[in-house]
Parts: sequence; structure tokens; C-alpha cells
Amino acid sequence: MTPAVAFQKTSRHFGAVRAVDAVDLEIKPGEFFAMLGPSGSGKTTCLRLIAGFEQPTSGSISIFGERAEGVPPYRRNVNTVFQDYALFPHLNVLDNVAYGLMVKGVGKDERHRAAEDALRLVQLPGYGGRKPGQLSGGQRQRVALARALVNKPKVLLLDEPLGALDLKLRESMQEELKQLQKALGITFVFVTHDQGEALSMADRVAVFNDGRIMQVGAPEEIYQRPASRFVADFVGSSNVLPPDFVQRHAGQRRWGSLRPEQIRVGRDKSGDGVAARVLSRHYLGAATKLALDVEGLRLHATVPSGTAVPEDGEHVVLSFNRDQLHLMEEQA
Amino acid sequence: MKTGRFWAWLVFGLGTAYFFIPLIATFEFSLRMRRGEYSFDAYRVVLGDSRFQETFAYSVTVAVFTILLGVLLVVPTAYWIRLRMPHLRPVVEFITLLPLVIPAIVIVFGYIRMYGSNSPLPFLGSARGTDALLVIGYATLALPYMYRAVDTGLRTIDVRTLTEAAQILGAGWTTIIARVILPNVLIAVLSGAFLTFAIVIGEFTLASLLNRPAFGPYLQNIGANRAYEPAALAVIAFAITWGCMSVIQILARFAPKSANRPN
Repeated sequence: MTPAVAFQKTSRHFGAVRAVDAVDLEIKPGEFFAMLGPSGSGKTTCLRLIAGFEQPTSGSISIFGERAEGVPPYRRNVNTVFQDYALFPHLNVLDNVAYGLMVKGVGKDERHRAAEDALRLVQLPGYGGRKPGQLSGGQRQRVALARALVNKPKVLLLDEPLGALDLKLRESMQEELKQLQKALGITFVFVTHDQGEALSMADRVAVFNDGRIMQVGAPEEIYQRPASRFVADFVGSSNVLPPDFVQRHAGQRRWGSLRPEQIRVGRDKSGDGVAARVLSRHYLGAATKLALDVEGLRLHATVPSGTAVPEDGEHVVLSFNRDQLHLMEEQA
Repeated sequence: MKTGRFWAWLVFGLGTAYFFIPLIATFEFSLRMRRGEYSFDAYRVVLGDSRFQETFAYSVTVAVFTILLGVLLVVPTAYWIRLRMPHLRPVVEFITLLPLVIPAIVIVFGYIRMYGSNSPLPFLGSARGTDALLVIGYATLALPYMYRAVDTGLRTIDVRTLTEAAQILGAGWTTIIARVILPNVLIAVLSGAFLTFAIVIGEFTLASLLNRPAFGPYLQNIGANRAYEPAALAVIAFAITWGCMSVIQILARFAPKSANRPN
């Protein structure tokens, strides 16, 4: 099957800065693909390479099997939803959505009908007459989405599209985006620095750091079997365990990771396990997060609400299942 | 505290008097054409003069062409500088300021030497050619105001993202400038246009030395030969300029709020 987007040893350097460095990547057609990473990790540059706003310094990019280098953005069958929406302030919502069709020379009646359809798709029917300045952030987001979808792109690029929305709205938009993607069957490439967002929405996630891809895989895989210390730490703040510690408890001299929710905290000091001392507690509602000191190593554990929470400074005993301690590929 | 306010008001009063007394005196004088009573006779004579109508119409036409040329020159330049060559901005800003430093008389002597009828570019060989040269010269004189106005307008919109959004939707450069950028800086362009208009209407040096029938030289001619009419003309010219300024003020109030920064 031809990949929707393929990178072959693609690099984009800005002078001495390697924004994207020899990246290999294949995105399958119809996939919801997330690019996750801290700011400056190269994920947005990757998106701009796909959109055609940047050209690779070396390597190649193909979109549905066609070479993309030198092809202008509008001939690539892709469209972008920008971080700050980039709606045209002087046009009303309907003309904003119909803009792509207007440029193509589609007649007024036809393009307005198509724009109305797109607005219905994003649940903003009847908003056509308003100006972008009169809409809320969430509504502008939807208009930007409708404008990107009206040209029926094969790949839709989303650059931190939910970054400017408040938590509640972000959660409902996440669900909606996911449903929309399923219904349309378009390949979505989604850039975010929010690991929760990436894990909950994407079919596959690529974790970026320093212009390189650290790991690509399904959300469960990324979360439960991080390949490196960076991925373990960045995705879900896992406890990264040094080789010495792992050797003592799992018998192998490798870096390991252990999820905070997989650590059981026992208040019975005589029990079997690892002795630890509680440094601080953070109440999160559904659980309490504990910062623990284990032989000079700082670990986090979560205690579900309803169970007894140890006091600050209290000595506790930690236990976990051996098979939940994940050994990372990265060498010690 | 009290004395500070007193001095502030005194300075303000002096400034106002310095500015308004000549204006009021001119206006009062312009009403005294008929002996022993105030009348608008001077204005009637001036406005009824066919040379006034001709020169004013000529200057308005030249102003319109100057504005067109200025917009065509400045909007794409300022846009491109903001989008692709921000490092060149200080250079371009300096160039646009040059007309304030170089007197118009220097420019016009340069023109006369460069574009005489036996030069390779004989602009001055025909009346139309001289008109064209006048428009070009005025566009240069208005450059500092036009560029600054447009550049300020561009600052209020996110030029890069809007360009990319239009690009990915299939718009070419002409479409982007004419249908995305220009409508969003229209208010700024209009204030630049009115400043240009005010400059062109009152300009004397270029028009006089290039020997074109413009409003400025007519004003000077009347001033040298009549008594009451020049005062009336000065008041009219003042009214036009002030009219332009108030239009700018009113337009600024209608400036569109950017979608990205609604407040």
C-alpha cells in the first residue's frame, strides 16, 4: 500500500540548527497520526515540510507516492489548520470557508453551498454571515477546520489546533476531531506537545526530540514500552530507573521504566519490598501523587483516592510486579 | 503643583495663539473685500475663476495618480519586506526617509538634467511626459508617509500565517496581495492616501519648475498679484488639508480588529 506521506532521510537545517535531521517516516492512508515532542523538537518543521512551506535540505518527501519537493503547497492535496487559525479578518465566515473554491474559480452559488455543507460538518450551520472577530476561540477553530476541509484534501495537517482552547473545550474538540476523521477517512497529521492529547486521539504517535524521531508506535506501545529514557520521561512522566537499580530488582543491567500507577505503596513497614520515604504529596482528585525518596532516587507513585494516603516524611514500602518494570532498548 | 498647572496653561495658551491668530486674521481679512462690511465676495471670485477650477482639477488628478502609484509601489514592497526580508527593513526605512532630507528643489534640478528633451529618457519633451514625471516625483515625496502608514497597518495582522493560509488554499502572489493583504490594511493605505493628497494639493516647487498648471503655482501667482483672494485661497487650502486629516482620524476609528487579536 502506498503510504500517505513518506519521509526518506529527510533533513531540514537552518544554518547550524538541525531542525529536522535524517528522519524516516511512513504515515498510512486514513490514519490519525500524531507528532509529539517538546517545543523545538522539529515536529512543526516536519508538518511544514509536508505542507510545502519548507523545502528539505536533503532527503525526499512523497505524498501518496508522488515526489513532493518543489511542488507548491496548493498542488499537494494537503491542507493545514493553523495554530492561531489564520482566518481572513476581512471576510465573513462563509467567504472564509469558500475561499479555496473561490481561488479555484468555482461559481458563487456552488461554492457557498459547499461552504454551508462544510460548516454543517463542523456543527456551525447558520454562522456564515458573521465575521471571525465575532466568534469564540472554539468557533474560530471550527471555521478553520471547515475551510481546510472544503477543498477535500487527502491529508489534513493540524498544527497544535487545540492549543489556544480551555481544557473543557479541548476535551470535547478532541472527541469531535476523532469522529470527524473516522467519518471522512482523511489522513490526519496532528502536531502537539500535549502527550495526553496524542495518546487519546492518535492511531499512531511519533515522539520527536532534537530533530529526530525517538519512537513511533501505537499509543499503548509508546506508553507502556518506551524505547528510551526521553520517551519514558516525556510521555506520561514515567519513573526512569538507572541500570544499578534495575539490576538489583530485575536482574538485568539496563535502563528501565516504571509507571507511577504501577507502584503499590504499603504503610506496613515490615512488608516485603523497597523501603522509601514520602517527600511530598499532590492531590489530583482521582488520585494522589506522591514524591518518594528511594535510596537517594526520586520516584513518583500514584495512590488512588479512597485508600489511605501516607503522611509527609512517613516511611513506606513499595512493591511492583516484575513484569511491569519495562526494560528499555537504550543501552546502559 | 498650582504653579506647574499655571505654566502649563500659559504655554498652551501661547501655542494656541501663535497658531490660531494668523489663521483668524487671514480669515477676517478674506471677508473684507467689500468696503465697510463682511462678505464672501473674495471666495465667490476665487471659486468662480476658471483658472482656479482648472488648476485644482489638475492637482486632484495628479494626486489620484500619485496615490495609485504609491499604493502599487509601497504595499507589495512593505509586504515583501515583512514576509521575506525583515533584515532589510532598516535599509528600506532609511530610503523612504530620504525625501524628507533631500529638498524638492534638488530633486527637480536632477530631473531637469536627467530627463531633458535630448536625454535618452526625454520625459520633459512632451506635456504628458512631464505630467508622468510630476506624478513620479510626488510619489517619491509622499513615500515616507505612505510607507510608514502601510507598515503600521501590516504590523496589526499576522502577515506570514495569513499568507500561508491563502497559499495552501491555492492563491497566487497577486491574489494574496490584492485580496488578502490589501483589504486588511485598507484603512492604513487610506490614511497614507489622504496624506499624499494633502501634500500634492499644496506642492509648489516641483510643479512650478516643471511648469505644470498645478494648484500650488496658481496659489503663488494669485498671492503675488491680488489682495483679498490669496487670503480666501489660503483658507480654502487649509480647509481641504484639515478635511483630509479629519477623514484619517475618522477612518482610524473604523480600523478592523484582527481576527487573531479581537481586543
